[in-house]
Amino acid sequence: MATKKFLYVNRTAPHGSIYAQESLEVVLIAAAFEQDVSLAFIDDGVYQLMQNQDTSGIGSKNFSPTYKALGDYDVSKIYVEQESLELRGLGKDDLMPLTYEDEDDDWAEKDSIHVVSSKELAEIIDQQDVILNF
Amino acid sequence: MSVLHIINKSPYDRSSLDTCLRLAQPDSAILLIEDGIYAVQKNAAAAQKVEQALANHQIYALQPDLEARGINPDNMIDGIALVDYDGFVKLTTDYDKSQSWL
Repeated sequence: MATKKFLYVNRTAPHGSIYAQESLEVVLIAAAFEQDVSLAFIDDGVYQLMQNQDTSGIGSKNFSPTYKALGDYDVSKIYVEQESLELRGLGKDDLMPLTYEDEDDDWAEKDSIHVVSSKELAEIIDQQDVILNF
Repeated sequence: MSVLHIINKSPYDRSSLDTCLRLAQPDSAILLIEDGIYAVQKNAAAAQKVEQALANHQIYALQPDLEARGINPDNMIDGIALVDYDGFVKLTTDYDKSQSWL
């Protein structure tokens, strides 16, 4: 099977609807088929990556630790739009650290999250074969 | 008649908060729940209108929804009061009626 470039665009907040959780499930499935997977977090989607989410008080599943497994599935291209963070009073420090081990660099642990400008993100979108929106 | 206005949508996704602030009488209160919680963040695009609203309204935020979303209480706009589920129920009885801006 030929490898295609897949981009998953996440624009919804994590706990108010099922979109974020469903997106994460689909991403993990696609990654298991060894496709070239990238994730973009735009608008309220940036809230999915907030640190210290604790859903014990609202009786729903806390799926946020699952993002930390993305590196093990070779999903290491996670793009967060700078403009979306700034509008919401957030910075990279408010996001959970996500890393992967780079097999081309003696398995060095590297950062998966790349905060990018709208202009950079536009180019990333342009380079994809398949774009899926959540 | 005093009203408890309830907001459950993100101020960056829907116009619920804007419409509520435009139509809420000065003696009414505002309760932020679910994705409405995101309006509490300091230094954000929605912060100024929330700070202005605090001059006329009591504003409450539901703590379990704040914790679920990973928002640090230190980054909350000053003057917003946190309530738990019992506090939520009490608010609905303290006010004559509730208006949920879905």
